[in-house]
Amino acid sequence: MAKTDCFKSVGKNIPKIDSLGLSTGEEKFTDDFCFPRQIYCKLVYSSSPFAKIINLDLSGAEKLSGVVEILSYKNTPSLFHTTAGQGFPEPSPYDTKLFDQTVRFVGDRIALIAAENPVIAELAARKIKIEYQEFTPVFNPQQSTSSPPLHFQGEHAVIPVPYLPEKNIAAKVGFEIGAVDSVLKNSDLVINKIYQTHYASHCALEPHSAISYFDSRGRLVIISSTQVPFHARRIVSQILDLPVKFIRVIKPRIGGGFGGKQEILLEPLVALITLRTKRPARLVLSREEVFISTRTRHPMEIELSVGADKQGSLTAISMKALMNTGAYGSHALTVLSNTGSKTLPLFNKIKNIRFHAHSVYTNLPVGGAYRGYGATQGYFALGQQIDILARELKVDVLEIYKQQHIKSGETSPVFEVLGEGKEGTSQNITSCQLTECIDQGSQKIDWYGKRDKRIKNGHWVRGVGMAAGMQGSGIPRVDLASAYIKINDDGSFNLNIGATDLGTGSDTILAQIAAETLHTDPSQLIVLSSDTDTTPFDVGAYASSTTYISGNAVRKCAEKIKTKLITAGAELLQVQPQQVSLENQAVVCRKDKRRCSYEEIARYSLYSENQHQIQATTSNFSNQSPPPFIAQFAEVEINPFTGELKLLNFVSAVDCGQPINPLLVEGQVEGAVVNGISYALTEQYKFSSAGRMQNANFKYYHLFRTPDLCKVKTIIVNSYEQSGPFGAKSIGEIAINGPMPAIANAIFDAVGIRLYQSPFTPEKIYQAIHCCHKELTERRQ
Amino acid sequence: MNGTFIVNKVACNFSFNPTARLLTVLRDNGFTEVKQGCQEGLCGACLVIIDQQLVNSCQVLAASCLQKQITTVKGIGTLHHPHIIQEAFVEAGAVQCGFCTPGMVLATYNLLNQIPQPSEEQIKQFLDGNLCRCTGYVKIINAVKIAARRLNQGNHGKN
Repeated sequence: MAKTDCFKSVGKNIPKIDSLGLSTGEEKFTDDFCFPRQIYCKLVYSSSPFAKIINLDLSGAEKLSGVVEILSYKNTPSLFHTTAGQGFPEPSPYDTKLFDQTVRFVGDRIALIAAENPVIAELAARKIKIEYQEFTPVFNPQQSTSSPPLHFQGEHAVIPVPYLPEKNIAAKVGFEIGAVDSVLKNSDLVINKIYQTHYASHCALEPHSAISYFDSRGRLVIISSTQVPFHARRIVSQILDLPVKFIRVIKPRIGGGFGGKQEILLEPLVALITLRTKRPARLVLSREEVFISTRTRHPMEIELSVGADKQGSLTAISMKALMNTGAYGSHALTVLSNTGSKTLPLFNKIKNIRFHAHSVYTNLPVGGAYRGYGATQGYFALGQQIDILARELKVDVLEIYKQQHIKSGETSPVFEVLGEGKEGTSQNITSCQLTECIDQGSQKIDWYGKRDKRIKNGHWVRGVGMAAGMQGSGIPRVDLASAYIKINDDGSFNLNIGATDLGTGSDTILAQIAAETLHTDPSQLIVLSSDTDTTPFDVGAYASSTTYISGNAVRKCAEKIKTKLITAGAELLQVQPQQVSLENQAVVCRKDKRRCSYEEIARYSLYSENQHQIQATTSNFSNQSPPPFIAQFAEVEINPFTGELKLLNFVSAVDCGQPINPLLVEGQVEGAVVNGISYALTEQYKFSSAGRMQNANFKYYHLFRTPDLCKVKTIIVNSYEQSGPFGAKSIGEIAINGPMPAIANAIFDAVGIRLYQSPFTPEKIYQAIHCCHKELTERRQ
Repeated sequence: MNGTFIVNKVACNFSFNPTARLLTVLRDNGFTEVKQGCQEGLCGACLVIIDQQLVNSCQVLAASCLQKQITTVKGIGTLHHPHIIQEAFVEAGAVQCGFCTPGMVLATYNLLNQIPQPSEEQIKQFLDGNLCRCTGYVKIINAVKIAARRLNQGNHGKN
C-alpha cells in the first residue's frame, strides 16, 4: 500500500518546473522560433473526397514573385510510408505518400507552397488550378468493403498482419476463447446492442507546427510540436532517404498533443524545403487545417453481446467492432486492438470471450491516436451494456463490477492473445483498487441517495450513472525509454531524458523520481528532454507510458548514480561503502555520522583523486503493463420537454498506484474528464454530402468552455504498484473513457431512454424520449 | 507602413503591412508570448489588453492600435518579477501545456481589476472566451480564486 509518508519528493505537489516560464510567456513553442531568411510554407488541399488529379497547373503560382518552391506529387519522393509515429516496423500500413496523384478525402494534400512571406504563400495557393477525375466516394463504413478500393497502387503492410486494401480493409484482428455462441445461447439473459461513436478532433490549443534549418555543420535541424521526436527523426530519414545522423529533432514546449501530434505530418515537408532551398522553412497550420487535414478520433461501431446467469454472473461476451479509419490507415490496427485489449480483461471471470474487429477505409478524415486509443470507444459500449444488464437482472450495477472485475493476483487470457500489432503479453495484475474506487466514488456522488430516484427540479429530472474501466502503462515489450544523469560541481545533477513532456508534467515527475532515489531535492535536477542529439532514446509520449516506462528508466539510472556517490563518498570519508548511506544530499557514515555533501563528492571526484565524472545512463522496457483503474460517476439533469441536458456532478475515483505528483494527477484526470464530457455532449464533425467538414472552427465545433463546466471531483485512491517507479502506474489516458458511458447511464436513470449513438445532443435526447413515449402510448392502446 | 505602439509601457516602432493583424505584428516583432491558437477570435490564446480592454489580438488590425497602450502577459509580470496571478497559476497546477496560460492570466488580471472578489460563477462567465484543452479548467478557476484572495489581502487589487 501507499508509502507516501516515507517519501521526500514523490507524492508531493511540486509545481511543474516549466510553469512559471509558461505563465510569464518566456517558454518557447515551435512557432515562437524565428530564423533569418526563413521561408513560409502553405499547404493546398483537395476539395474532392476521391479523385485522380488529371491536371495540376502550378504555372500561376510559380510566376508569382516571392514564391520560392512548390512541392507536389510531381517532384517529391513517392515512397509509401505511414504517418503514424510508432515504433519500427510500424504496425500501421504503408499507404501514404508525401503527395499523391490520387486524393482520398477533402483535406488530403495536393501541394505545398514555399514563399518569402505568408501573404504570398496564401496568394499562390489560390492560383493553383486542379482538375479532378472524380471517383465515387465511400462515406459509410458499412459499405466500404463492397466499394471500389481507395488504395490500389502497391500499398502494403510491413509486419505480417491482415491487410486487404482491395477490400478496403486496413486492419483486422480477432480471437475467440471458449465457446461464445453456445454459451450465449444457453445463458439466462443475453443483451445484444449496437453502439456508434463519432469523429472528434484533439483540439490541442497549439496548432501543428514545424520548422527546419541547416545548422552550422550542415545538419538538418527540425523543431517540431511532436509527441515523438525519435520516431519523427526515423520517419523523416525514411521518407527523404537521408541518414539518421544527418537529422536532429527538437521538441520545445508543446501546446498539448492528446495523440494528435503522434503523427509525422509536417516534419518531412519543411525538411524537404530546407534541403532544396538551403533556407529555414516553417509550416504552422491554421485551426481549420488542423480540423480537416490532421488526425481524428476513429469513429466506431460496436456490436456487443453479453450473457449472464440469473445470479448476475457474466457467462460470455462477444465484441464485434467496425472502425472507420478514414482515407489512410494510421493506427488502424492498434487502436482497434486496444478496443478489445483494454476493455475485455476487466471482466476476467468470463470464460468465453470473442473479439472480431476490422478497420475500413472511407473517403473521410483520417483517424489516429487519441487519448484513450480505442478504449474510449470500447467502454462506451461495455459501460452501457453492463448497466443494461444490471437493470434487467435487477441487481446493483456497482455489485456486478465489484464482484466480477479483475483483482490483484489475477490474470485474463486476453492479455496474452491480444497485443498491439502482435500477440500480447501474459501478466498478472499486481495492484487493483477498483472496488475501493467504486466505493469512494459512489459515496461522493451519493449513489444510493440518487440512483433510481428521478429527483425532480421543476421540469428537470435528475439521474446518476457510472462506468468503470482500466487502461495500461505503456506497451509491454515494445516501449523503450532511457535516461542519463551526471553530477555537477555544486552537487546538482543534469537529467537528460528522451521522454516528451506535452504539458503533462513529465519533466517534473521524472525529476521527482530522480530526486527521491538520490535523496536530493527536485530543484537539484536540471532537466533536459526530447532532443534527439542530446537526450537518449525514448519512444515518446503515448500509450500512457511515460510515468511507468520512462519513470523506471530514470529510477534505474539514479540507482546507478547512487552507487557511485556511495563509492566516492566512502572513499572521501575513508570508510567502507557498506558503512555509508545517502541522506539529504550527502553521503553519511552510519556509525559516526560524519558526512560529505554531494558538492564535496563532486569536487573530489572531478578534481582531487581518482578523477572521474559521476554519470550513468540506463534504458528500460517492461514485460508488463500494469493497468490503472477508474470508476466514474455522472449526475445529470434533463428537461424531457426540450431534451436539454445539464451535467451537475462528475466524480472520478482512480487507482494510478502511488501518485508521483498528486496535483498533476488531478490535472490529468480533470483534463481528460472534461475532454470526455465535451466529446459525449457537444463535439462532432458535421459533414456535407460531399464529405467536407462543415464546422471546422471553434464556433461550430463546440469545445467545453468554463460556463459549461459542472462540478468535477477527482479522488486518488490509495494504491501501490510494486513494479512501478515508487509504486506509480499511468494516469494520462484512462479518465477520458468513462464520461460517455457514465452520462449515457445517467440519462437512462433520469428519463429511461438509451442512447446508442454519441454525442448526446438535446435533439437526440428529445427524439428518444418522444419515440419512447409514443411507443408506450401505442402499447397501452 | 510604420507606426508606434506602446507595448508593456515601452514605445516601439514597427513596420507592417496595412492589413496585418495586431497578433501577427506583435509576434513578428518578438512578442511571442502572445499565442496564435485559432486566428478567429474564438480561443483567447492571443489576448492582450489594449487601454484596459481585453482584446483578441487576431481580430484587430495593427493599424488601429497606433499609439495605444498594449499589455501582454510579460507586461504584468516576468520570470524574475512574477505577478501574484502568475504565481497563483503555478501553485494551483493551472498550467499544463501553458499555451492558453498567457491569455488566461491576462483575462484573470482584467477580471480582478473589475471584480476584486469574483464568485465562481463570475469567474466562469468571465473566462468564457478562453479555451483550455489540458486542465478541464478546474485548477484554472482555483488559481483565479487564490489570486483574488492574495490580491485582496495584499494591496487591494492594485498590483
